[in-house]
Amino acid sequence: MKAAIIRFPGSNCDQDCELVLREQGFQPEYVWHKDASAAGYDLIVLPGGFSYGDYLRCGAIARFSPVMKSVVEQAAKGVLVLGICTGFQILCESGLLPGALVRNRDLRFICEHVRLRVENNANPFLSAASVGSVLNIPIAHGEGNYVCDAATLAQLKAENRILVRYCDKNGNVTPEVNPNGTTENIAGICNAARNVFGLMPHPERACDPLLGSNDGRLIFQSILAALNKAKAA
Amino acid sequence: MKAKVIVMPKQSILDPQGVAVRDAMRHHGLPGVKSARVGKVIELELDGTTEAQLHEIARDMLSNPVVEDYTIQIQS
Repeated sequence: MKAAIIRFPGSNCDQDCELVLREQGFQPEYVWHKDASAAGYDLIVLPGGFSYGDYLRCGAIARFSPVMKSVVEQAAKGVLVLGICTGFQILCESGLLPGALVRNRDLRFICEHVRLRVENNANPFLSAASVGSVLNIPIAHGEGNYVCDAATLAQLKAENRILVRYCDKNGNVTPEVNPNGTTENIAGICNAARNVFGLMPHPERACDPLLGSNDGRLIFQSILAALNKAKAA
Repeated sequence: MKAKVIVMPKQSILDPQGVAVRDAMRHHGLPGVKSARVGKVIELELDGTTEAQLHEIARDMLSNPVVEDYTIQIQS
């Protein structure tokens, strides 16, 4: 399966994504933000980092880069799109996902391992995990506080589009374990068609026991399984 | 044309920067500070741009309507 890793000036998790994708059996390729096309891939990854230095707003300038027009087109065709950290911010800025990510409640940049509760696995990104299972994946962000209006939140819930929430080790979703003030502990959401997934935690940093967790692999394995299933059908 | 675009967090959105500034001002001997909100000002010099275009770019790029409001001041 071919995977595009979109590189913006300031992307810094692109190589981690490449390593993990390769290990999981993908054929990853880098696509530069000035390229006009992100077509021809089974998966498009928007990696973490500080695209365009986070100037104006996180993801605001990346959204207007030439390649993003093509990413939006590919997403509309059903190509899987995974946005990690800044990638999630770019997906929100570009309108592929609703809402926005604002400054953390306590104004601090937070870099730590967190626990995520899998809320829904009926999608290509988490099918290898069971609902209610707890993933150990790190976060590293200053603007991970997800906000949206009440109507959007109601819709996300009604359509089961909140895929992961911050929780404690036992899977309890409580205000005490909310690291950044995000609405209802939301860590990641998907679009209505379930082919675009954005999350603040970094699954690519949790794919080796040496790094403290292997749980991030579940996401990449789920994606590969979904793509294989789609090709076989 | 010279214009200022003022971008402010929406009233309904918690502005943690504003809260931090308000608290610091209170600790600095101004207990009467009720609130502070932190936004940004973008100063522009423009040629051949209409006000309608300016509004469009202020809405689509300079601000994020999900969390921010903008106002435009045309200066000359």
